[in-house]
Amino acid sequence: MGIVTSYARALAVREGRAQPIATVRHLHLSARPMVFIPLKLAGEAAAPLGAMVGTDPADPRLLVVPQPRNRDLRFAFMAELAQIMLPYIEGFATATETVTGRNERERYLDAPQILVPGGRAIEFVRLLGRSTRFRRTDGPYPVDPSVPVLGQWLTFLYERTEFAGSSALVPVTEALALHWATGQSPLEDANLATLLAWISPPPGLTGQEAAAAAENPLDWPPAGPDTDPGFDAQVLQHAIRAYDASGSPALVRQALRTQLEPTWRLMWQAVDQLRGLPEAASVAERWAFDRDQYTREVARLADGGPPRGRRDQAGPAAIRLWDMEAAQQTYDAQRAYDDPLVMTEHRATGKAFTGEAVHVDADRRILLPGGKKPVPRPLVTVRTGDPVRLTPGKKVFSVHRRKQSAEIVEIDGDIVVVQLNDQLAKGAGVPTAGDAVCFTELDLGGRIRPGFPTGEETPWTHGGPPAAYVPTDEDAVEAWS
Amino acid sequence: MSTPNHRLDALRGDAAPVDHNARTIAALAGNPGCDRRAVLDAAGIHKQNTAVHLGHPAPFGQSPFALARARSFEELVKADGCAHLLRLLRDTLGLSIPEVAYTDIADVGGNAAHQLRHTHTRAELRRAAEDDERSCTLFDHPLLKLPVAGHEVYLEPAVIAFQIGGRFHIVEIKSFAIIDETADSAQVAAASRLSALYVYALKALFEAEGIDPDRVSHEVVLVCPKDFANHPTATLLDVRQQLASLRRQLSRLTGIDRILDRLPPDLSFTLDQSPAELARAIRTVEARYAPECLSSCEMAYFCRADARACGSLDALGRTTRDDLGGLESVDAVLDLVGGDLLASPEHAEILGQLRHVGAIYGEHTEAKAVAWAS
Repeated sequence: MGIVTSYARALAVREGRAQPIATVRHLHLSARPMVFIPLKLAGEAAAPLGAMVGTDPADPRLLVVPQPRNRDLRFAFMAELAQIMLPYIEGFATATETVTGRNERERYLDAPQILVPGGRAIEFVRLLGRSTRFRRTDGPYPVDPSVPVLGQWLTFLYERTEFAGSSALVPVTEALALHWATGQSPLEDANLATLLAWISPPPGLTGQEAAAAAENPLDWPPAGPDTDPGFDAQVLQHAIRAYDASGSPALVRQALRTQLEPTWRLMWQAVDQLRGLPEAASVAERWAFDRDQYTREVARLADGGPPRGRRDQAGPAAIRLWDMEAAQQTYDAQRAYDDPLVMTEHRATGKAFTGEAVHVDADRRILLPGGKKPVPRPLVTVRTGDPVRLTPGKKVFSVHRRKQSAEIVEIDGDIVVVQLNDQLAKGAGVPTAGDAVCFTELDLGGRIRPGFPTGEETPWTHGGPPAAYVPTDEDAVEAWS
Repeated sequence: MSTPNHRLDALRGDAAPVDHNARTIAALAGNPGCDRRAVLDAAGIHKQNTAVHLGHPAPFGQSPFALARARSFEELVKADGCAHLLRLLRDTLGLSIPEVAYTDIADVGGNAAHQLRHTHTRAELRRAAEDDERSCTLFDHPLLKLPVAGHEVYLEPAVIAFQIGGRFHIVEIKSFAIIDETADSAQVAAASRLSALYVYALKALFEAEGIDPDRVSHEVVLVCPKDFANHPTATLLDVRQQLASLRRQLSRLTGIDRILDRLPPDLSFTLDQSPAELARAIRTVEARYAPECLSSCEMAYFCRADARACGSLDALGRTTRDDLGGLESVDAVLDLVGGDLLASPEHAEILGQLRHVGAIYGEHTEAKAVAWAS
């Protein structure tokens, strides 16, 4: 959020439809994504009620748990889900490419991408993963061998969502809200039906009118995982009782189909909507990282890697945090570099400026402190209409030459003098007078993670070296009631 | 001039009053500037029926599954003379609890009148506070009273007050799960706000009885299901922060009488009027709509429709409102940018920023807009 989004929201109200806040698509969209719409039973922590899942808009698979309080039926549901999801997820582990460089490795050419309606579904994926990954196929409460494997994959997918810019598991409402500002509040944007109503209202209706119609839970049931309380009371309760009495899941299936089908159509409509935008320049690089992570997970599971523990240990948690912060920084900067509309936000707040190079001193050389001979440090004088809030000495980067750093020398009204500091080999990388330039303090990051202590070196402040995690029998037979 | 209570009764007409509960007070305290909610709640008006009559029903309601789960979990915790609860109290508070008296204040000789139950609650708690012999007591369903906006309201009892060695704790039983020692933060926050309200009301009761209010602990015992099972676990919640903000918010609530003084004397919110008349009556009391109301107030859809009709920026959420620097409406924003409206001096800064944004925004979206229209 920021002033550009807020301005676009005001504009959306007047224009009667959502307004773009991005000119390019900032996430990867697979040629064959899997849409997954899970539902849970109200009041329970993680009792699956049903799901619609599949890769073909014309062929959704409907899974139901006709009595969600029955533990065996839940595991049967997870096994059925695994039969659909695992072939999809594991099916990408075929052709690889070799990534050369410092850390030479193989990487799968493509990776799975799962789309869910929103943030609540992401949280539900986490809980489904958590409640199944420790299960065992032998012992007191054996489950189908596919269940713990699916649990590990769901956990992996959830964890990818904690890193900004990952497209492995995507909440579609958030993806849409990243590209369009509606005439409703962010809170209401979490409703997939109203959000899409604003983005592409049916002919003859304004976004406002279409969104009002889309709020009716009878026509547009909630996208889950929570169901409409009215539906629970008037339809579902009856259908579950009918199952208890007759053993036939037909009524529950029919009931859940009515709740899931509208969302299924909306999900694919959202996919089309996002496909209409050209992919941003940095998306391929971020998706390559997702593919790297997928490749590692395939190898880890093939080696019999244990399920992730209930809680992080100090060392891995610190590393994770560093990686998450780095991912966020890179993601924020890349989006701005890739998209002039996103950059507008930073220009409005004075963290970036664009303008015309009015004078360039390309041959300037200065003697650095302690240096022996003068080095090239060209000066570029820029005229800008932006309210620059950077101070002399501030390190900035050139948007047109992403690796080039520079620093502010002087600001006087609408004139900013910038000194270029690197990427100057053979006079390249120096703009000429009349060129359009853009400088910003946003740093693309990409630095190498500093060394963190190994597990055995965990300092006493963090509890000392932790005991290695071994999945316990207790974890495996944990109640799921 | 009639007393506030008479006026509030007159606003409601013949309909039966609706009680406040911890949830409604928490919602009110969450939006202290909303006179409309304050008056409707104080008058005990059935907001859901009112909203339906106005043609803006709020799709509220709890799933029967959620209710059943909450009930069965509470029964489980309280079963066998609160056996589970006592075990948890021993573990979490680290107490050696010898023997426990259990008093259910919900039934006072079968009479459920508020005043009676409240008097009974006071008497019981007072006795417990003064009597050192009774080392440990659980009070179920204590009916507490609280002055809200200068108006006394009863708090629907949904908690247990636990007394040991003269120190009182509130015990709140919730059916959301604590998984791997963490729970959904929104639900914990809501539970802490509600518990803080009970702590606040209990402290108020002690003060009124001349007992040291510090004997009510600011640490609340939260009982929830552990992981994915139905097995209860307990944690201590420190609600000092919620208590402080509650105190601040309740003190900021405008006194009901001051709001009532500003209203026309013959005002009525009864449902025998036409929806248009009722809407006009309701609009005489100012509302402060924010999208957060949608999840906590039955009137929200009516207020939202009004906010949208006048292009208020409130309807777009607090962030947008703050970003647009105190401007009131969509028209004000866009007309300033378009130059159709002159900015007052206090809006000079936001105007400069908006014109700048508007200009760049137009540059980058014009080409697309054409493509969109075709």
